[in-house]
Order: sequence, then structure tokens, then C-alpha cells
Amino acid sequence: MSRPRTEAEYLARLVPSSVAGIGRRSLLTGVGAGALLGTGLLTGCGSDSDSGSDSKEVSVGSNQSDPQPKGVIAKVMDGFKTSSGITTKINTVDHNTYQENINNYLQGKPDDVFMWFAGYRMRFFAAKGLAGDISDLWGRLSGYSDAFKKASTGDDGKQYFVPSSYYPWAMFYRKSVWKQHGYQVPTTLDQLTTLSAQMKKDGLTPIAFADKDGWPAMGTFDILNLRINGYQFHIDLMAGKEAWTSDKVKKVFDTWAGLLPLHQPDSLGRTWQEAAQSLQQKKSGMYLLGLFVAQQFGNDEQDDIDFFTFPEIDPAIGAKALDAPIDGYMLARKPKAEANAKKLLEFVGSKEAADITVKNDPTTLVANSGADTSGYTALQKKAAELVGSATEIAQFLDRDTRPDFASTVIIPALQQFIKNPRDIDGLVNSIENQKKSIFTS
Amino acid sequence: MSDLPLIQADHAVSSPATTTTSPGGRGRRLRLLSRTDRVVITLMVLVPLLLVVALVWLPALATVALSGTDWDGIGPLSEIDWVGGRNYSDVVNIYPPFVPAMQNNLLWLAALFVVATPFGMFLAVLLDKEIRGSRFYQTALYLPVVLSLALIGFVWQLIYSRDQGLLNAVLGGQTDWYGDPNVNIWAVLVAAGWRHVGYIMLLYLAGLKGVDPSLREAASVDGASETSTFFRVIFPVLRPINIIVLVVTVIESLRAFDLVWVINKGRNGLELISALVTQNVVGEASRIGFGSALATIMLAVSLVFITIYLAVVMRENRR
Repeated sequence: MSRPRTEAEYLARLVPSSVAGIGRRSLLTGVGAGALLGTGLLTGCGSDSDSGSDSKEVSVGSNQSDPQPKGVIAKVMDGFKTSSGITTKINTVDHNTYQENINNYLQGKPDDVFMWFAGYRMRFFAAKGLAGDISDLWGRLSGYSDAFKKASTGDDGKQYFVPSSYYPWAMFYRKSVWKQHGYQVPTTLDQLTTLSAQMKKDGLTPIAFADKDGWPAMGTFDILNLRINGYQFHIDLMAGKEAWTSDKVKKVFDTWAGLLPLHQPDSLGRTWQEAAQSLQQKKSGMYLLGLFVAQQFGNDEQDDIDFFTFPEIDPAIGAKALDAPIDGYMLARKPKAEANAKKLLEFVGSKEAADITVKNDPTTLVANSGADTSGYTALQKKAAELVGSATEIAQFLDRDTRPDFASTVIIPALQQFIKNPRDIDGLVNSIENQKKSIFTS
Repeated sequence: MSDLPLIQADHAVSSPATTTTSPGGRGRRLRLLSRTDRVVITLMVLVPLLLVVALVWLPALATVALSGTDWDGIGPLSEIDWVGGRNYSDVVNIYPPFVPAMQNNLLWLAALFVVATPFGMFLAVLLDKEIRGSRFYQTALYLPVVLSLALIGFVWQLIYSRDQGLLNAVLGGQTDWYGDPNVNIWAVLVAAGWRHVGYIMLLYLAGLKGVDPSLREAASVDGASETSTFFRVIFPVLRPINIIVLVVTVIESLRAFDLVWVINKGRNGLELISALVTQNVVGEASRIGFGSALATIMLAVSLVFITIYLAVVMRENRR
């Protein structure tokens, strides 16, 4: 994965040279000491002595509540048991509930290892001292590109995260529909508009769209912002450093307002599943969503799904950046079985775990580049290539900024924009006022 | 529901107490109480008192206190920064969902009060006539109250969905029942009213069953029509029930939350104060201070209604 100048500059601030300079051997010594210290602490604390001294069990908090990913996690944990003899207790919680309760969960008695996302949301908990430092472990992990390592690094330059899988956001379409009408993949915004006009003539809704739950529209905002203003601006805007009232942000909303008539109308009452089904039923021409859109297609239709990255808007910016959220594992702040937890984290970051995932889940991509990806479907292969060729990878709006800002300000604001795309000035002023209040607290 | 017996118990206990008290009588009665009686009475006062203080008053006061801070729910209480009235000025000045939420809460109250409650009372009067199959109607109308709200939200989702819903399929329309902010509040009010009607019907039916039949007979002997019997005799007699129905209606509209939360988490036309509180406090956002300010505003609004209710009830008792 080639890394861009801008991203390097951004992330260089997060990784101090001391970390980059540490050799493999010194890290290994550190691991040994850490493991010893960990067991020492555990015998010392004593209250939870069964699970600690017994050292044959480790607990995992999982947000993978859908049947298919849940099965994959179970298989990965079985693999861990085979290789290490340690039993994992998986505590699965509904995906949304898990996310909403994460603050209480992490401050209470979390599982030794818990699943979470890379990005601001990971760095936030690391900075609050709610996650365990696993920099030592990273010395033993192999197969991760620098981009993944940086996505796993907290504000203090230490690693807190082991990436397991990721998925790109792109414009999905059905090959059969496009072949039937002879559509070509657009590479510029003008081509996209022309194509959409043609689709309308052919009786299709050009772009499927849904925003009842509030987050899918963030994907549209992200990609337009990345295409118009570039990755660095996106990161700074999310970090609260850039003003929402700037002309750059207004241009994003302006462009979006121009594209809105090409989107499926009445999106605020529709779930993403319903929008994906309109694509599946050949009523819509294309749909900007994550790779998980494939879940709404039957097994026999999987080969018919294809995608392209959102076309270029500004030639100076290009079309190489995209959203590709990374999921992975973190260590609790005071794990009961620290040594086991670290063994587990090492395993989930290994090639074996990645191989198990590849075999069992066609809707995600594994983060470890050492994995045997010959089992990928054509769609997965193409997605991996797309992310591999990306110059910059963003995590998705609500993973790149403060959760309170994303959920209580951005969601209502984007829905307001969809309702009334004309009042952009009022909208960005309102966002900026709220941003100032939230980011200063 | 549980409010009902409590209120009645209150009446039952207080009226004899007020009639029999004279200074000497009270003293003699206290002395007559055995030791066990006194322990029991003390416990009966103390335990509920402690529960109310611990579960109602302390959280309420804590909410008011937290509303002056910017706590994010993480870390020890010592790290909380005091921000004074900033949360309140933010709520009023720069938080766009606040005004629609207040309007929607008032609309909710008006809709339940003007439409759903009278309709529920009307149904109760009809069912009181012992028409054939009245038990069936009773069950059918009361069923929505028994169903869990998550389930109700789901049932109405099946009806209202724009692309796949029953309503658009039957009407052949394209109305975006849940997504169009001008329509969805009415769609939700229908769902909420559907539930509220059953509740009020049952409460009122219970009251009607308790009306002395001789009152009706006397009215009909005097030649009063059905309508005037109800409005001039029955309705005034049912004053205690009427007050309960009124209070229930106000409570239901203030605490309205579950339906809009199930539908779209109280956004996009379905803002309610309670939903905004939850959005900010519960969940990943964790704007505890800001959410507490919203909750305090809600508390203040509720206090207005509580005060009115208490004033009415106390005036009743004094009579």
C-alpha cells in the first residue's frame, strides 16, 4: 500500500521516532518483561484468582452479532484454542447496543479483549486510559502495512489495536443491468451525471439512497469531501481544526445538492437494507455503500455485483482516497488474564486467524497481508486491489471524529440538508456553532 | 397503571383521619399504639421515604447539578468542570432539534387530549352498554396496551414503510410515512393514539362500572336523554376518574419516547425532549452535562403539571 505524503505527515505526528526506532529484539525483551509483570500483578490482585492463575481461559467482548460474522469469530476462537490450548469465552452483544454502551462497558468490568474500530474512536479510549498498551505485541506481528500500524496507534505513539478486517466504500452496481444498457464506469463527475441522466431515461433510479438511521449519508459526505478537498482537509475537519463555515465545506454541500436529484427520493424514511434491495431488484442503477451491501444479495447473485470507486471531481485531488473502516481487537485496561489476552491478540493478528476469516466470510477483507487470499471471491479481490491502490484511507465520518459530535450534531444536520438542500449557509453555521461548543469542552 | 390503586388508597386513608382528629384524640391514639405498631408504622414511613429519596429525588437533584457541567461520563467525578449555564444557552440557541422537540411534545399532548382520550372515553361508554361481544371488543382495544412498544414500533414499520409497507401497497401511493418530516409526526401520533385509546378505555370502563345504577334510573325517571344523563349526571360523578384520565394523558405525552425511538431514534421530524435526552446521555455520545440540561428542562415542564395536579387533589381532600 503506497502511502501519501499528506497521510505520512499527519501520522508522523502520532508516532514518535522512539517507537519507530525500536528493534525487534528489544521489543521481544519488553514482551517477556510485560508478561512476567502481568502475571505478577494478577497473583497480587487475587480477587479474580480462578480465571487468572488458572490461565486457561480468556474472555472476549464481541460486537459481531449477525449470524455470519458471529460464526467466523467462533471459528477463529476455535483456532486459537487448537494452537494455544486456551479457551475463549465469547460475550456477543448486539452491534448497536455494544456501541452505545461502550463507555459504561469499558469503565465497568470489560472482557479481557474487546472488539472495536480503528480511528478517532480507538485513540479516544486509549487517551482516556480505557485500553491496554500493546506496543510490545506489535513487534511480533507481521504482515501489516505501515498504514495499518498507524491506524492502530494512539495519540501517545503507542499501539492499542490489532486490525483484523476492513471493507471499502464504493459505488456498487449489478453487472447484468449495466451490460443490458451498455453503461460505462464513470471516471469524472460529469460522466457520472451523464450516466445518471441516461439511467433516468431507462427508467432506473440512478443512485439508491437511504438515511433513516442517520449514518449512511455520512458516506456520501465523506467521499465528496475527500474528492473535493482531499484527505488532509477531511482529517482536520473531523478533528475540529477546520471551520465548517469555510468555502471548502460549502462546496461539498453545493456539489451534493446538485447530485441529490439523482438519488432515490424520500431517503429519510428508508433503511440501507431497503435501498440495497432496490439495487438488488434492478430498480436502481448504483449505490454508494460499504462492501456489506452484498449481504442483501442472494448467493447466486454474488457474482453479479461489481463496483467502482467514486469518480474524480477535482483533477488536482484525484480519486485515490476512500473510506475503508477497519475493525479489530483491543486489550482491556486491567485484563484479568493479561498473558492469555495478549496471546489471543497475537493470534487474531496472525496469518492463521486471517486464513480462517478468508475461508468463512466473503463480505469482508482481512487486514493481514500474509493471509492466503486465494479463497477471495472476485468481488473481494477487486475490493482488496482498490484499497491497496488507495493513497489515503479514511475510517468513515463517525469513526474519525468525536462520537458526540457525529451523533448529536452531524446526523441531524445531514438529515436537515437532505430535507432542505437550499439553506447551506444556515446549516454550516449551525454545525460550526455546535462544533465550537463541543470541541472546547 | 400502578398509579391508580395508590391514589385511591390515599383517599381512603386520609378522609377518616381528617374527620376524627382533635388534639386530645390524636394523643390518646398514639399512646394506644403498641410498640410493634410503632415500629411497623415507622418502617412503613421510612422505607418508602428512603426509596423515594434514593430513586427519585437524589437522581433528580444530581441531574440538575450535572446540567451545569460538561462531564463526558468518563473518569472520576473530581475531573468534572463547572460550566455554569452554558449548556442551557447552547440548548436554546444553537441546538436545532430543541424547538421542534418542544413543539412535538405539545402537539403530542394536544393530540392525545383532544382526540385519543375522548375517543377512549366514548368507547368505554359504548362498551358499558353491554352490547353483544363487548368482551371481544374490550380485548381487541386493550391489546395494544399489552404489547411491548418495541413490537408496536415494528408492527407499524411494516404498515408505514415507503417501499414495502402495507399502507402504500393498499393505497397505491408513494407517501414517505416515516421519512417526510411533515407527515411522520402524524403517522406516529396515530400509532401512539391507537395505544392510548385502549388504555383510557379500560380506565374509564372501570369507573363506569362503579357508578351507582340508581343514579341512571333516577335520571331516566326524570326524563333525561342518554346524552344529558351522561354529561349532567355520570360525568360529574366520575370526577376522580376524570382527573386520573387527565393525569395519565399528561404523563403519557410527556414521557412519550419509545415509539419515536424505535422508528428513527427521535430525529428528522420526530424530535421529543425525552428522545433528545437519551440521544445525548445514553450511548456513545455521552454528553452527560448537555443531556442533563435537557432533562432538567423536561423536569421543569413536568413540575408545572405535577403542581396543578397536586393542587387539584389537595383541594379535593380539604372539601
